[in-house]
Amino acid sequence: MTNALLLLPLGAGLLAFLIRNDGTRRLLLLYTAAGHFLLALLALYEGPSPVCSGSQPAPWFAYDALGLYFLVITSLVFLGAAFFAVKYLASEKRDPGEDSEAGFIFNNAPEAVFTGCLLFFLAAMTAVTASRHLGMLWAAVEATTLLSAPLIYFHRHKRSLEATWKYLLICSVGIALALMGNLFLGAAGLKSGAGLELDTLLLNAPSLAKPLLKAAFLFIFVGYGTKMGLAPFHTWLPDAHSESPAVVSALLSGALLNCAFLGILRAHNICVAAGLADFSAGILVLFGLLSIITAALFMLGQRDYKRMLAYSSIEHMGILALGAGLGGGALFGALLGALSHSLAKAGLFFTSGLVLMAEKTKRIADVKGLWRRAPRTALLWLAGFFLITGTPPSGIFLAKFLVLRRLVELGHYWLAVIYLFALGVLFTGMARVFIPMTFGEREGKEGEKPFTEPADMMLPIAAFFVCVILAGLFLPGWLQRLINAAAGNAGAL
Amino acid sequence: MTKQLAQYLVVLALSPLLLGVVNRVKAFFAGRRGPPLPQLYFDLYKLLHKTPVYSRTTTRVFRAGPVAALACLLTALAIAPFGGRPSFFAFDGDFILLVYLLGMARFATVIAALDTGSSFEGMGASREVQFAVFAEPAFFLALAALAKTTGAMSVSGIFGALTPAVWTTAAPVLALVTAALFLVFLAENSRVPADDPNTHLELTMIHEVMVLDHSGPELAFILYGASLKLWLLGSFIACSVLPRHSGSWLTDAGLFTAAMFAIAVVVGVVESIMARLRMSKVPYMLITALAFSALALIFQVGR
Amino acid sequence: MHTFAELIIVFVILLDLALAVTGSLATCIRIAALQGVVAGLLPLLAGGHIETRTFLFAFAIIFLKGVVFPWLLLRARDRSGAGKEVETLISYPVSILLCIGAFIASSWLGSRLPLPTANVAWIVPASLATIFTGFLLITTRTKAITQVLGYLVIENGIYIFGLALFVEQPMMVELAILLDVFVAVFVMGIAIFHISREFDHIDTAELSELNDWRRPEDVK
Repeated sequence: MTNALLLLPLGAGLLAFLIRNDGTRRLLLLYTAAGHFLLALLALYEGPSPVCSGSQPAPWFAYDALGLYFLVITSLVFLGAAFFAVKYLASEKRDPGEDSEAGFIFNNAPEAVFTGCLLFFLAAMTAVTASRHLGMLWAAVEATTLLSAPLIYFHRHKRSLEATWKYLLICSVGIALALMGNLFLGAAGLKSGAGLELDTLLLNAPSLAKPLLKAAFLFIFVGYGTKMGLAPFHTWLPDAHSESPAVVSALLSGALLNCAFLGILRAHNICVAAGLADFSAGILVLFGLLSIITAALFMLGQRDYKRMLAYSSIEHMGILALGAGLGGGALFGALLGALSHSLAKAGLFFTSGLVLMAEKTKRIADVKGLWRRAPRTALLWLAGFFLITGTPPSGIFLAKFLVLRRLVELGHYWLAVIYLFALGVLFTGMARVFIPMTFGEREGKEGEKPFTEPADMMLPIAAFFVCVILAGLFLPGWLQRLINAAAGNAGAL
Repeated sequence: MTKQLAQYLVVLALSPLLLGVVNRVKAFFAGRRGPPLPQLYFDLYKLLHKTPVYSRTTTRVFRAGPVAALACLLTALAIAPFGGRPSFFAFDGDFILLVYLLGMARFATVIAALDTGSSFEGMGASREVQFAVFAEPAFFLALAALAKTTGAMSVSGIFGALTPAVWTTAAPVLALVTAALFLVFLAENSRVPADDPNTHLELTMIHEVMVLDHSGPELAFILYGASLKLWLLGSFIACSVLPRHSGSWLTDAGLFTAAMFAIAVVVGVVESIMARLRMSKVPYMLITALAFSALALIFQVGR
Repeated sequence: MHTFAELIIVFVILLDLALAVTGSLATCIRIAALQGVVAGLLPLLAGGHIETRTFLFAFAIIFLKGVVFPWLLLRARDRSGAGKEVETLISYPVSILLCIGAFIASSWLGSRLPLPTANVAWIVPASLATIFTGFLLITTRTKAITQVLGYLVIENGIYIFGLALFVEQPMMVELAILLDVFVAVFVMGIAIFHISREFDHIDTAELSELNDWRRPEDVK
């Protein structure tokens, strides 16, 4: 099962480079995504593989509940992205696009390369979710960076190139630090012969050398935190998200950030098992809050709506880290938040792609009264706003509420105040962008013909938004059990 | 005691010969015959019989400069190592005094140069001091690293304790120190690649330009002082690459003197095959020396 | 053997200093390559019985870091018209002093780390200093190509660090890491080509269009 999950996108990626016909290649992308999703569901049905007892060597690729949960999120987001991409690529082919800000025409990367990299990217993310060996996990995370870099540079112009360069360099260097963390972890387990396999590390956790384990967690946190976009290591994120095509932004935000979070959770889990829960949880809480505050500060005065969405991603990553650090109900909330945020943010980035197609600009000031021009896009845009800011009924509301409840439960009243205040600022800041964009007065644009969005492109968005609302209204029993099991793998206190 | 006095006198007598060797080697590489080996002795003799000429703008400081510098160097030589043999002026911590004596000699030369009131000599003085900022700490740290390695606190004690066994255990430190000392040796004695003793272009000179106004016996003092300094700094290198002590004074002294002349040959070769560094690059060379000795010291402390 | 390994570590540190002070791009690339080769040789000098696996892996590293990377980078330099000089934001003496400071700090850190074995005492400070040098290259040099170089130097440092901690990773993982580094350098090299084509230079100080506060068109 695991092998099939890994090999399917890998093989399809290779095939994508060989296929000449654009239509066939797009279908390949769609079918691979669907196949991958089906396989993921099948893996979900089979349930997590039994915990290795230590008598036989642990497999490098296997799924526990946590990996499974993130696999399903990744696969689902990718399926939506594939749906969206088919039409998106076709429209990009017709009209490669004009740089709205510098005013020149640019070309796109060859579509075969783009599709191939998308599929390889999926394979790398699958490998991240499946890795039971931390060295393999590292290699897979680094692979996601390298494979997504060409995706960001799909629109070949200066700004996307700048974003790609920053992304490549900052993330590569950051992840190199995570490799240091892995080495420290290996050294911590040297006496007990724990190696770098997750199972043996967890088994031998109490006998790990504590100072080295602390150093390991710090390095891994900084490394994967860079990739996850936690402040203050987030600097690449707004650039990369705003300059890449909508599909890629959605994948980066909805799938890639989660994968990095998974890496941190693995390290956190080992720390908890070794009795260093206070240490690692403290760091998670600190940087989680810092990210939320940073996002709130930068949200004010945003000029570019895709950048604004990127900062919203930083906020949500902060909430995930905060929730993981607080543990208990908050960890459940964080994991639920990971799912809801991925779907809502992916949907929003898709919608931003539609807005860009309709208005040909990413500047907030130039988009007014979307309601008149493209009512359906405007509806999705507004719905996305309410969902992402955590207005009930939304899975994100539940996630944010659970984190808040845990803060109060633990008696961190001041932190709760800061948290609520930052969320309030974020809500206001985003409302100031979304409301005028949707309802504002259109000036000097009389007589333009209404924009008709392709129905295929709106389908995944609507489906994602419905899922987010459902997650807020009612969680099916199997999903609750899965999240609870996943929380057990993520160092529940 | 007689032996120690004898080795001091040997140094005083032989040091002008070093420059002769350097010049002969350079001449050999250039395909010339070159000046006779004892040329510096002739020069000194000639200068000592001349009447000095003084510029009207100079004061007593100008006249005192060369004498003070020579006195400092003569005192410093009494501390200098001689083939691992004790020197007669040795005491614990004397390497600090040595560094300060060299500094004082430099100060005397610089202040005398400034006293002429010539902008030309002022420029030389400024350069000399600018480079000393890096050269002095490099030298000092190198000595400190040696002291730490051998556990001795006096210069001759350090080199007395330096045996082949120390080289096998602390090779990295000693190699770094030797390299740093060699760079300092080249720069402090105004040799290529830091300075070119042959040049008379004002833009490139450092040391030569400071002593242009001196004449007669005072110039002789300066020239003799320069040869003493060459010997002094060279002796550190000779002693650190030649750690073997035979036990007999004659063998040690002979080996050491031979090593000194070998160093002079090396200097001649370096000058023949290398070009002078650009003025702005000279600090890099000295910073490299500083880095070497700093590394050596850190290494030794952290062992 | 002990002294010999120490000599090599000193050599690695000296190479760090050389990287901090060298002004020629080509020399910098070669120094970084040399450092990679020296790092690759270290496991072979560990003494005792050397497995075929170790030998092959060391060979792969030396080939990659000593031949492929410098070739790629020199090609990138020529093709992108990067010029011959390393352009820096701080002066070389400051760079070298920072390097020495980093070395002092890392020897202090190294002495405080409770390491499993203290066989070759200087490996940890040397590796930390190398990592710092990499960061120095990334942050204080303006050209894109020196940033890739900095990444490579960090990688060298981490590799040496791994040797110091005696962490044995399975062959597959080591190969995966090596492959990642290779692809990283390769992709960065391609990005440099594109940067030089789009911007007519590879000075990353000019890569500043994306920010939150000011956009060129807003100033107009």
